[in-house]
Amino acid sequence: MSVEPSPTGGPNDGGARHVLDDASIEWLRAGGPAGDVVFSSRVRLARNLSGLPFVGRATPEQKQRTLDLVREAIRGTDLPDRWVWLNIHETPASDRGLLVERHLISKQLQKGRGAAIGEDPRAVAFCTPGERVSIMVNEEDHLRLQVIRSGLDLSDAWAQADRIDDSLEAALDFAYAPRLGYLTACPTNIGTGARMSVMLHLPALRMTGDIDKVKRAAGDMGLAVRGFYGEGSEAAGDLYQLSNQTTLGKSEAMILSDLESVIIPRVIEYERIARKTLLTKRTNFLLDQIYRSLGAARHARLMTAEEAMQHLSNIRMGCILGVIKDVEPALLNLLLLLVQPTHLQRVFGKDLDQDARREARALLLRTRLGGV
Amino acid sequence: MKCDRCENEATVHEVTVQAGVKVEKHLCESCAAGEGLTPPAPAAPEVLKALIETTAKRASRGPACPTCGMTFDEFKQCGQFGCANCYEAFEARLLPLIERAHEGATQHLGKRPRRATGQVESSRTKALAALIEERASRASAIRRLLEEAVKAEQYERAAELRDELRRLTDAPPGATA
Repeated sequence: MSVEPSPTGGPNDGGARHVLDDASIEWLRAGGPAGDVVFSSRVRLARNLSGLPFVGRATPEQKQRTLDLVREAIRGTDLPDRWVWLNIHETPASDRGLLVERHLISKQLQKGRGAAIGEDPRAVAFCTPGERVSIMVNEEDHLRLQVIRSGLDLSDAWAQADRIDDSLEAALDFAYAPRLGYLTACPTNIGTGARMSVMLHLPALRMTGDIDKVKRAAGDMGLAVRGFYGEGSEAAGDLYQLSNQTTLGKSEAMILSDLESVIIPRVIEYERIARKTLLTKRTNFLLDQIYRSLGAARHARLMTAEEAMQHLSNIRMGCILGVIKDVEPALLNLLLLLVQPTHLQRVFGKDLDQDARREARALLLRTRLGGV
Repeated sequence: MKCDRCENEATVHEVTVQAGVKVEKHLCESCAAGEGLTPPAPAAPEVLKALIETTAKRASRGPACPTCGMTFDEFKQCGQFGCANCYEAFEARLLPLIERAHEGATQHLGKRPRRATGQVESSRTKALAALIEERASRASAIRRLLEEAVKAEQYERAAELRDELRRLTDAPPGATA
């Protein structure tokens, strides 16, 4: 796949589809530091081009110009991976859905600003294989660079984001003011423009009811708590995303160290203790939860996405605690993605309505998890 | 209401307080003129009223950003600025808001771009734009040659040109295709 889809042919050809069918995604790897609790670490940088209006006030021509400039600048980045460039305004709805489910684009970029297909120029560039790096163009800001790592590894994600930012900056002028830092469309992102987040799997804290304490404490420490699919999404599958709330007045290193060496390790420890306590003091309660989920995954005939995510969460904890020995955590992570509506339809190779999806989802879990 | 002095309709009304006592006067226009009271100004026509209202509104909204034309009210409605210069244009009203959003911080710490940015399109961006144009014009030249080669059934040449076109428009240098 190329950075630039054929200029004469369809802009998003079979190549794009092929890339999206590849499941070698970094955040599904189920490895990395503290992988028993931490799903993935992510660093996001917001940048805007100086001399062009922000996206909300740009004309279609100006938005197209931003796409051209960013695409050219990406050519200058020195990465071992290949870049894939997709014009979201020309991408069919189903592929856009895949990108959202894979955390490559936001719902906002998927929707655009209410324009018909072919209008409202916007794009995503991402690296393959692995999808560790992606850049949304013309979302809320001109650029939203995202670097993702499996497990707790914000430092490495930041190091790469910093390098890519440097090489983009060698070709582009970013809007910046000495006092307010990088200037963004929304003043809540000014300064570093950096949002660092960690996706945590906290099933035991949910079972003990201590999750609310964690949420409150995180809020008190200036962190935002979100669900698996970001703002407004429920914490389906016991996945919680913790991120810094403020971007001004703290350097990237300070944001990083607050999260990685102070707050997150405490939450990880809290979850580990809760798991151990459940296993030793409420053994049957815990085993019941885990085996019920395994039973449902291996035998149920109809399943919603939320229910599937909940069962996968319980099974995942069972694997990590050594209760379930014949299922790989990496498979569970992959299933977490495949049970999402668009991926599910891609797996079965056809459009499925809601009822058909529930059936297909149950079938997928049964076949992949050795059920009947 | 009738005039205090004659049978005419009272159109001028005056209320005063004299030594703590409220005194009301209701007079017709001519009696009022005799007392030295001016009649009220005639009502402004509707058009004028509308004009006054918009002017007042505009004044309350404050000045717009000189670069993109956004007003602070517009910003308050949508939560996003129109361009980077809005930050300078609305600095005074913005700082308290920024302070609230960032736990009291008003000074950036951390990464700085290696080059200070100008607010106009820089020569660097222009250089990049020139590169884009050059690439596009080379691609379209090759495409023309390619068409000719295909027409002339020079397929080997066409294949070469196609490769060249791909190199030009595809993956960045060093990337595998």
